[in-house]
Amino acid sequence: MRDVAIIGVGETKIGELWDRSLRELGIEAGLKAIQDAGVRGEDVERMYIGNMSAGKLIDQEHVAPLIADYAGLSHIPSTRIESGGASGGMALSEAYKAVASGMNDIVVVGGAEKMTDVGEDEAKKILSSTADQEWETVFGATFESLYAMMARYHMDKYGTTREQLAQVAVKNHSNAAKNPNAQFPRETNKDFVMKAPVVSDPLGMFDCAPLSDGGAAVVLCPVERVDEFEGEPVEIVSMGEGGDTMAVHEREEIGTLKATQSCRDGL
Amino acid sequence: MKTKDDVGIKGYAGYVPKYRIKPEEIGDCWGEDGKTMGRGLRVESKSVPSPDEDVVTISTQAAKWAMQRAGIKGEDLEAIYVGSESHPYAVKPTATIVAASIAASPHMTAADYEFACKAGTAAFQTCMGLVSSGMIENGMAIGADTSQGAPGDALEYTAAAGGAAYVIGSEDLLAKIKETVSYTTDTPDFWRREGEKYPQHGGRFTGKPAYFKHVTNCTKKLLERTGNEPDEYDYAVFHQPNGKFPVKAAKKLGFSKDQLEPGLLVTHIGNTYSGSVPLGLAATLDQAEPGDKIMVTSYGSGAGSDSFDIEVTENITDVKEKDVPTIEEVTSNEEFVPYSVYAKYRDKIEGGR
Repeated sequence: MRDVAIIGVGETKIGELWDRSLRELGIEAGLKAIQDAGVRGEDVERMYIGNMSAGKLIDQEHVAPLIADYAGLSHIPSTRIESGGASGGMALSEAYKAVASGMNDIVVVGGAEKMTDVGEDEAKKILSSTADQEWETVFGATFESLYAMMARYHMDKYGTTREQLAQVAVKNHSNAAKNPNAQFPRETNKDFVMKAPVVSDPLGMFDCAPLSDGGAAVVLCPVERVDEFEGEPVEIVSMGEGGDTMAVHEREEIGTLKATQSCRDGL
Repeated sequence: MKTKDDVGIKGYAGYVPKYRIKPEEIGDCWGEDGKTMGRGLRVESKSVPSPDEDVVTISTQAAKWAMQRAGIKGEDLEAIYVGSESHPYAVKPTATIVAASIAASPHMTAADYEFACKAGTAAFQTCMGLVSSGMIENGMAIGADTSQGAPGDALEYTAAAGGAAYVIGSEDLLAKIKETVSYTTDTPDFWRREGEKYPQHGGRFTGKPAYFKHVTNCTKKLLERTGNEPDEYDYAVFHQPNGKFPVKAAKKLGFSKDQLEPGLLVTHIGNTYSGSVPLGLAATLDQAEPGDKIMVTSYGSGAGSDSFDIEVTENITDVKEKDVPTIEEVTSNEEFVPYSVYAKYRDKIEGGR
């Protein structure tokens, strides 16, 4: 396996982008990454896009060739990777393998989602369809309620406090405040997070993801070729992947995300 | 849109059903924090029509009082337009029933308007055109609604009932309408399809790309046309889907909360849709003095805004002697109902009597 580096990055504004389509967002992120890397269109050999639910959210399947086509790259193979909310991450892992294996040199990989073309209730239903439809969502479970159960269990078993959970949102907002593309680029504090309306007890508004439109992309190339391009290379030194049962109730212990642990162990 | 001759308001009046429901009462039914919801929307209560009140009865009461104020009879009206999104009939005009009820029939023209929450101000503009072209002497423009919100939908916290009627003419004016402009686009933020009982909406899409875009662009155009600055107006009335939007839009445009205050009725009566701006303007006129200037901007989903540049005349002092209740008097008679009674009154109980 070859060593792989990221040589360009691109990101769109993230938010309720009423006037932007998925293809526009995908193209913007991809082209920005390509420009950042200093590669030419004809250098790009393959494209992956992570996307969860374009079929339901915008009535459009086959989004990878759509975006490649409108970016002027219709001649290259392009594939959509779907892995729920991890679609973008899993797309990166596939792109990494394509370069590490020696199959391709220059690969563009991104993630994009357009969530605000449907109403909020519909979007929530679509998001929840990435849980087990037959055993969970059909009985009314939403993503928020499933994670609330995990959080409640975690609090009970490990003594995790509401204050500690709130720190996650505080940290995320602190990161967002440094990113001009962020949907909510503002600092927040523990008290404000804890006073927010409850979504699914113990999780509140700040603990749950908002509905967002946006995209991000990177360009990968083998470390041995980084000197050929302008972009400042960042090497991917390690990668981990994992899996777990689809339904939360099938897990040995609902306070543990085994897939995440496997990723850590793989590093 | 500049009118040829003097055109304006000869008489006005509003009517709001006396029943009210509080956000916490609605929240209790659906397991939501109604109080917080109400606080977020800046709504403390909303009006509820009784089972025997609809757009016809609301319009008729407002029309009678408006005529009384204008000192005219039904037969003096040559046009009646009723703007609403809750006309009792899908086919059969509200305007003809109102016209018959106030003895304006039959030598007159009448029609119903629908443009979500701005159907009332669309009726204003039609009457203004007919009057200033010389086609009619007096026309009546009404905006009234008994608006619908699906059980459990966020709209339930604000969708209310009420309306106001205006006699538009060219002589003996209480207020001159010196200029009107509109801003209209195809924006699907809120809709109810044929045969559906309750409307649907695009959540936050109803805000920035819908309400704020249209209200601010329309108002800016009016200011540009008239050459007026926001602080030259004594009062401003904006459409009030909740208590937050008009205040935010006003601030963005350079109007103060003091200018808005007299016409800001949403806090206690909710969003009366087509009645919202006509009622807000009526409450403002109740307080106005000769020479006062009023800026008015409506908003209707779908979407569009109408703005009006209004100047109050000396005749405003006479209307107080006409024994017509002010908006404050009309809205101060309140009776609070629980959700169960509200559900019955709004025909939300299937199979109910």
